[in-house]
Parts: sequence; structure tokens; C-alpha cells
Amino acid sequence: MIKIENLSKSFKSVNNTIWALKDVSLHIKKGEIFGIIGLSGAGKSTLIRCINRLEEPTSGKIFIEGVEITALDKKSLRQSRKNMGMIFQHFNLLQQKTVYKNIAFPLELERLPKKEIDRRVDTLLEYVELSDKRDAYPSQLSGGQKQRVAIARALANNPKILLSDEGTSALDPKTTKSILELLNRIRKELNVTIIMITHQMEVIKDICDRVAIIENGKIIEMNTVEELFKNPKTSTAKSFISSLNPIDENGLIDPKKFKGTLIRLSYLGESAKQPIVSHMVKKFDIDVNILSGNINQLMSTSAGYLILELTGNAQEINQAIEFLKSKDVSVEVI
Amino acid sequence: MAELIIPSLLETIYMVSLSTLFSLIIGFPLGVLLVITEKGNIWERPLLNQLLNGIINILRSFPFIILMILVFPISKLIVGQTIGTTATIVPLSIAAAPFVARIMESSLKEVDKGIIEFSLSMGASIPEIIFKVLIPEALPSLILGITMTIINLIGYSAMAGAIGGGGLGNLAIRYGLYRFETDIMIASVFVIILLVQGIQFIGNRLSTIVNKK
Repeated sequence: MIKIENLSKSFKSVNNTIWALKDVSLHIKKGEIFGIIGLSGAGKSTLIRCINRLEEPTSGKIFIEGVEITALDKKSLRQSRKNMGMIFQHFNLLQQKTVYKNIAFPLELERLPKKEIDRRVDTLLEYVELSDKRDAYPSQLSGGQKQRVAIARALANNPKILLSDEGTSALDPKTTKSILELLNRIRKELNVTIIMITHQMEVIKDICDRVAIIENGKIIEMNTVEELFKNPKTSTAKSFISSLNPIDENGLIDPKKFKGTLIRLSYLGESAKQPIVSHMVKKFDIDVNILSGNINQLMSTSAGYLILELTGNAQEINQAIEFLKSKDVSVEVI
Repeated sequence: MAELIIPSLLETIYMVSLSTLFSLIIGFPLGVLLVITEKGNIWERPLLNQLLNGIINILRSFPFIILMILVFPISKLIVGQTIGTTATIVPLSIAAAPFVARIMESSLKEVDKGIIEFSLSMGASIPEIIFKVLIPEALPSLILGITMTIINLIGYSAMAGAIGGGGLGNLAIRYGLYRFETDIMIASVFVIILLVQGIQFIGNRLSTIVNKK
């Protein structure tokens, strides 16, 4: 669907050059919700803006459904932008126009007949559940409602791709959830591929299928969301995950303070539902002390970890660990 | 007294409305150009931008009384005469145009960059962004700018007498200053005050009515 090859972008100032993106390559599949997470200044906004060339890449290529976006002239670029909707952190609604006029805007650019615009806007309003706000002005709407209007507007031309640049960052947690649900519905029902730029791990956890972590203009980790939660490789990934859970396990548990063997179990999906620890205790002559644990509900599955202290005969402990490994959980001795 | 005031009032309205119209016709596109050719904007043209800025600054530097005389050849060309009420419209329009350009520039710059970015992301062309986004979004501020222009032109039009133009300002100068007929001076100034107050009031109201922000 979207293929990004060796994309780089630099900004020149008087005495130095800043590389916002360095050799980024990505492949986003059709119908997927792809998250790009990073701290502010990491380059994620530049990356999404390169996809519709609001930002011109310095080098590299971008293909969308086989068409090289980076090679298009201005006119074809404008045409191809109509296949990509975009939503923003601050909504960017036309302040002087009603909700109706805002959603009609892209259709008017297409010079569709008035009747058809009417019909399309009404359908979209219904889809985002704002039919009663048809004639309201943006200043009369809440943040969540504004973003719904922006989403309806982005969908007006039936785009195949929706780009979200921090689309939920200005919203409260409850509104964020409802917007994420709407985006997920759009993906499922309209088969729109969605790219989410965010600094919020909740967004990744709740609706993304895959995620890329970007730091200093480079993708430092890319995986399915399940795998990332189960087995984060970089410290940035780990800190994003622990940002979901205020208590940082690493700071709290010091193996030296415990007599027994400390193990960290990471489980995912089905294995999370089985009483594995209970089976282990029954089967082996050891004692188990639970020190810390957590489970994160991801979009399609759940991922979590458990930190246990095992005490007893060393051989029994080793066998217990082998038993756990055979049960599709990853075990790490701390 | 009314037989002096009323024709002068009509002359003022005549000069100011036409020169407002012409200064907008010249200044408004210049204001739009100033904005869109700026660095980072939708039609980035640094050289053109610098050139426009230079010309506008030079035109704004001229004292109006000197500009009035400098544009004599242009007045001759356009209205066929260099003095009189109608001839005054030429220097008034030329003097106000760069002012209008600056006022329009600052109004258009108030439009949130994010809205422009959204329009680009929707595949809008430069004319579409100017006419369907920039101008409608800046409208309340543009109305206030036009109000300011009209009031400024009322002030400038008082100097029309210097090249044989009429109007209220000229009346006040002629009777009050040169002939010490204070009552006529006071009356004309009073009518000018009413005019200015009225225009500002209407401008403010209009701007509030169209503003949905």
C-alpha cells in the first residue's frame, strides 16, 4: 500500500543542517492501522508530512499503491492528495464556516453538483454521529466534536488512506477513546489504511496493528504491537510501555534484596488466559511469591508480564522454569 | 450654512468612496501577493516579495501633499485633468493602495497556518486556497481593515483643497482657517466626526456579524 524507501529530510539553517529524518524505510499494508510513536522533535510529524508531500523529502522515495508520490508533478500531486485524508492535533476546521460547509469543502473543490454534496455530507454527518450539529459553527463544538467533523471532512472524497497527525493529542482521555473507536470503525467498515502519528502509547495500545518507534529521525524499532509489548528491545520502547503503568518495575525490584530466584514472565494472548503459575506450583515443590504484574489490553489480544520470586530446591526451580518455557511464555531470569 | 455643508459632504463621500474602491482594487491583490509569496507560504517567491515590500514602503514614505503633485501626469491621463474634486481621487487612491496592501496583509496573516495546511492536504490549488480559505477566514478582520482605510481616506481628503478639490475638510480649512468663520469650521468638523463615528460603528458591527469564530 505505502512503501517508503530510504527517506531523508534535512532542514538547512544559516550555519548548520538538521536531519529530521535519516534513511527511513517502511512498508505499510492495506487496511492496517500503523502507529508511529516518538517524543516531540523525533521527526514523526515530518515523516507523515512527507507522505502527502506537505513536506518535500530531501532524498528517498515514497510509493502509494505503486505510484511514486515523490516523482509527481504539482498537478498530479494535488490529485493524489485527494485519495488521502488528513486530520490534525488542532483540528484545523474552517472557523467561519458551518459544520456542513466544512465537510462540503473537499467536495466543492471537486465541483460536485449541490445535490450530491448534500447527500454525501448528510451521510458523513450520520457516520460520525453529528447530524444535529449540521449548521453549528466550529466555535460552538467541543474538542471531540471538532475532531469528528475533521474526520468526516477527511473522509469526504472516499480516501484510501487517512493520516492522523497527533489526532487525539489535544483531547481528554475519554474523548480520545471515542475518537479511536471511530477510527477503528472506519478501518473496518471503509477499509481505510490509517497512519497514526502520536506520542501517546495508549493510542498505539488501543488501535494499532503495527508500530514504528522513531528517535532522532531514525526508526529504532518496528514490530507488531503485540510483539512490542511482549518483547520491547530498545530502552525507548520500554519507557513508552512503562509510561502506561506509572510504577516502574525496574526501579522497584532489586534482585539482590530477594533470597529466591526472580523471574519475569511475558505472556501474550492465549497464554495469558491459562492458570500457568498455578499449574507450576502444583507440579513442582517450590514456593511462589508474586512481586509485580501487569496486563495491557491491546486491540486484538492482551499482553502482560509477571515478576515472581521462586524459592525452594534449585533443581525444582530449574525444572519449573523449563515447564514455563514449554507453555508459550517467555521467561527471563532477573 | 447647510447649503455649504451638504455639497461638501457629498463631495467628501464621492471622493472617499471612489478612492476606497480604487485603492482596494490596487491594494488588495498586492496584500494577497505579499502573503502568499512570503517564505514558507503557498507561493513562495522571495524576490517578488522583496520587490513588493520595497515598492510599498517607498510609496508609503511620500508625504501625501507631495504625492498629490507627483501624480499629476497620471491624473491627466486617467481623468483628463489635474485639479478638482475628481482629480483628487487619483492621488487618494494611489496613496491609500499601499496602506490597504499592508492592512490586508496583516489580516490575511491572522489565518491559522494549520488551516492552510489542511487545504493543501485536501489537494486545493493556490487560487482555491486564496478565494475559498484565506479570504473567507480573514473576512471579519478584512472588514475592520477596510473601515480603517475609509477613515484614513476621509482624513487625507481634507487636503484635497490644495489641488482644488472640495469636501468637508477643505470647507473647514477655507472658512475656518483662512476666513476665521469659526462656526462653519466647527460645523464641518462636527459632520466629519459624525461620519467617522458612523463608519467605524458600521464596520465594527459588520465584522462582528460575519465573525463566527
